[in-house]
Amino acid sequence: MASPRIIVVGGGLAGLAAVIKIAEAGGSVDLFSIVPVKRSHSVCAQGGINAAKDLKGEGDSTDKHFDDTIYGGDFLANQTPVKAMCEAAPGIIDLLDRMGVPFNRTPEGLLDFRRFGGTLYQRTAFAGATTGQQLLYALDEQVRRHEAEGKVTKYEGWEFLSAVLDSKGVARGITALDLRTMELRSFPADAIILATGGIGAIFGKSTNSVVCTGSAQSAIFQQGAYYANGEFIQVHPTAIPGEDKLRLMSESARGEGGRVWVPRKPGDSRPAKQIPEAERFYFLEEWYPKYGNLVPRDIATRAIHRVVYQEGLGIDGQPMVYLDLTHIDRATLDRKLGGILEIYEKFVGVDPHVEPMKIFPGMHYTMGGIWVDFNQMTNIPGIFAAGECEYQYHGANRLGANSLVSCIFGGFHAGPNALNYAKNLSAVEGDGGHAAELARQAEINSKLIKNEGGENPFKLWRELGQIMTEHVTVIRFNKGLQKADEKIVSLIERYKRINLSDKSQWANTSFAFARQLKNMLEISRVVTLGALQRDESRGAHYKPDFPDRNDEKFLKTTKASYSGDVVGPRFEFEEVDTQYIKPRPRRYDVAK
Amino acid sequence: MANKTVQLEIKRQATPDAPAVWEKFDLEWRPGMNVTSALMEIAANPVTADGRSTTPVTYDSNCLEEICGSCAMRINGKARMACSALVENLEQPIRIEPLSKFPLVRDLQVDRSVLFENLKAVKAWVPIDGTYDLGAGPRLFPQDQEVNYPLSNCISCTCCMEVCPQFNEETGFVGAATIAQVRLFNNHPTGKVLKEERLRALAGDGGIQECGYAQNCVEVCPKQLPLTDAISDVSREVLLQKAKDFLRG
Repeated sequence: MASPRIIVVGGGLAGLAAVIKIAEAGGSVDLFSIVPVKRSHSVCAQGGINAAKDLKGEGDSTDKHFDDTIYGGDFLANQTPVKAMCEAAPGIIDLLDRMGVPFNRTPEGLLDFRRFGGTLYQRTAFAGATTGQQLLYALDEQVRRHEAEGKVTKYEGWEFLSAVLDSKGVARGITALDLRTMELRSFPADAIILATGGIGAIFGKSTNSVVCTGSAQSAIFQQGAYYANGEFIQVHPTAIPGEDKLRLMSESARGEGGRVWVPRKPGDSRPAKQIPEAERFYFLEEWYPKYGNLVPRDIATRAIHRVVYQEGLGIDGQPMVYLDLTHIDRATLDRKLGGILEIYEKFVGVDPHVEPMKIFPGMHYTMGGIWVDFNQMTNIPGIFAAGECEYQYHGANRLGANSLVSCIFGGFHAGPNALNYAKNLSAVEGDGGHAAELARQAEINSKLIKNEGGENPFKLWRELGQIMTEHVTVIRFNKGLQKADEKIVSLIERYKRINLSDKSQWANTSFAFARQLKNMLEISRVVTLGALQRDESRGAHYKPDFPDRNDEKFLKTTKASYSGDVVGPRFEFEEVDTQYIKPRPRRYDVAK
Repeated sequence: MANKTVQLEIKRQATPDAPAVWEKFDLEWRPGMNVTSALMEIAANPVTADGRSTTPVTYDSNCLEEICGSCAMRINGKARMACSALVENLEQPIRIEPLSKFPLVRDLQVDRSVLFENLKAVKAWVPIDGTYDLGAGPRLFPQDQEVNYPLSNCISCTCCMEVCPQFNEETGFVGAATIAQVRLFNNHPTGKVLKEERLRALAGDGGIQECGYAQNCVEVCPKQLPLTDAISDVSREVLLQKAKDFLRG
């Protein structure tokens, strides 16, 4: 039998991790990515990657990492896969080290570790403050090696449009669009792994990259895949507000001693450096004495909102607070945080060694995602998912520096599982559904390009981003969520009258964007209505009208499925696997 | 306060064979505006300064924080990343053109895949035995990490190749970015095992001897890679390797 053919969609950490495992096991991989894989969004991860290697003599262990992760996620994550991830993490760090990731070192030549949010241990390995970039490059280099040996074929500049399903609903390939020639094609495969990242674009501005639209996830959701815990969206406490995007200011700034504060006096107009210590309000340290500036992100974000909006203490009355590193010596800052300080200086024009940074929370991470089983397979046979696009490792809130490990672990798991699945796959009957799916996609494309009307896709997108950011981020009210959904429904209606200002058939970026936009709108409903259903507060999902966690009713995974009807997705709930750690109240003002 | 206007002039080309034309745009100024946010603004309202409807501009971009290496273009004559090109620091009208040394796709988008091919040719990777658990990696002192990390910061933007007088079809020169990666992997305790192969890959036509030491690369690099140092180091190593290979016969 010929070796199975696997398609991996997405060339970030999770996708590349899967590719490497499959190539190593003798499979052939077709790797699809919108951008050259080395430019994937994983490069934006800054602060580090968690693994309980206990190289600081603190008595850290993988069990503690597991407990911190479950507790940080407010008990919503299934415990079996999280436990496996935490146990695998030290081995993953060793492997990355062997691949040549230039991790920071101790004088003895060992890996250095720092603290991150939601833990009391120094568990985060790091390469300056550009860890994601360095990790992605290491995997990219290994994939290039397999590519040179003929085991991997890259389709860079191709966008996934849909899965090809046979008459029994089994995946037999994908359809994709060449973003340069605008050619539509279908590609056969015995199994498919989606590793397509987060959905930041539905919020307009976020810390995510341009390609993080969630379009692929939404496409397979509309083809029958479950989407789980969509309502759990992480808003990172420290981002640099911007016109085009919110640029991340890593949690590692606080891990290295950075302090968050506002002037005690509302509207204090003095420059930061002239405000004496006693007149500064270090609110995270006061409110959360045990964890201080390193409380998990959902807690820090809500604290900043409270200080700005309820107590009116934002800098100059603006929605901003200080993140202060100026008490740390320059050499240490440059060695451990150089990359992010450079970003601040380049984009804001102020030197953070000298002046405290001005920051505000920004949409950052998608905890929810495509539903997968413990083997990373979706409910569509033959479609697997790994990385941020799936839901299973972070529960209701992700801890900093856990994303990189979950991406690599998920990819390492999905790759071999997809290969095993493919080896046992029954032979395809007829064309496996390729002709029908190609025809369906060609119809959508031709309709879109010829469409007449007065709507501009980029303007619709801005409206979507505004309503999502206003009602579906940090603080949620059912009335606002309903309003947001009504708006999304009206945008879906207006989408039918889109008129592309570019009707050409060569490198037409508005066309590709308009296709993504339809999928963004559908997934926005999953996020919004999922939040509406969940009348409790848990992790990043916070409703002032239901301020407590309600385990009896909502210690459950939300599973949305596509109805194709204007009423929106159907919802059902699944029990959470809590077999190792019994749920207990989550608080960070004291040691847990 | 009267709204300030930002003037842009963008070189447009619908296909690789189409004639190039310049289009002017007037946009409303906003604080913190950069060249990519200006291009996004045009996409939402694709109308030229003289009121003519046009198409959104095609260009590469992704992270918008100068780490993915996508949005390199020529801005007021200088090769740089568009996302970190703040409008308030630029002379107007801001003239935007595609990189000139790479095959044009459309408007500001070019095909830079030559760099990834070069990285393949010099085996820019650490040849690990496998991804199964083989324990900890080699010990590495902070001093070595501090040499390797800056080299590993290359974002593959190709600005160094764009500004290099020697990077052209005639010489086939690989360019500074690739040479810096050779330096990086030859300096790694395990990566070293392929050192001779990498040096030989840089010994022939289009190799390191094509460098004319113009030093434009190091000036333009948005990530401040020590490119000229890397070129000198690797250059010496290539000569040594050539001598060795000659003596070995």
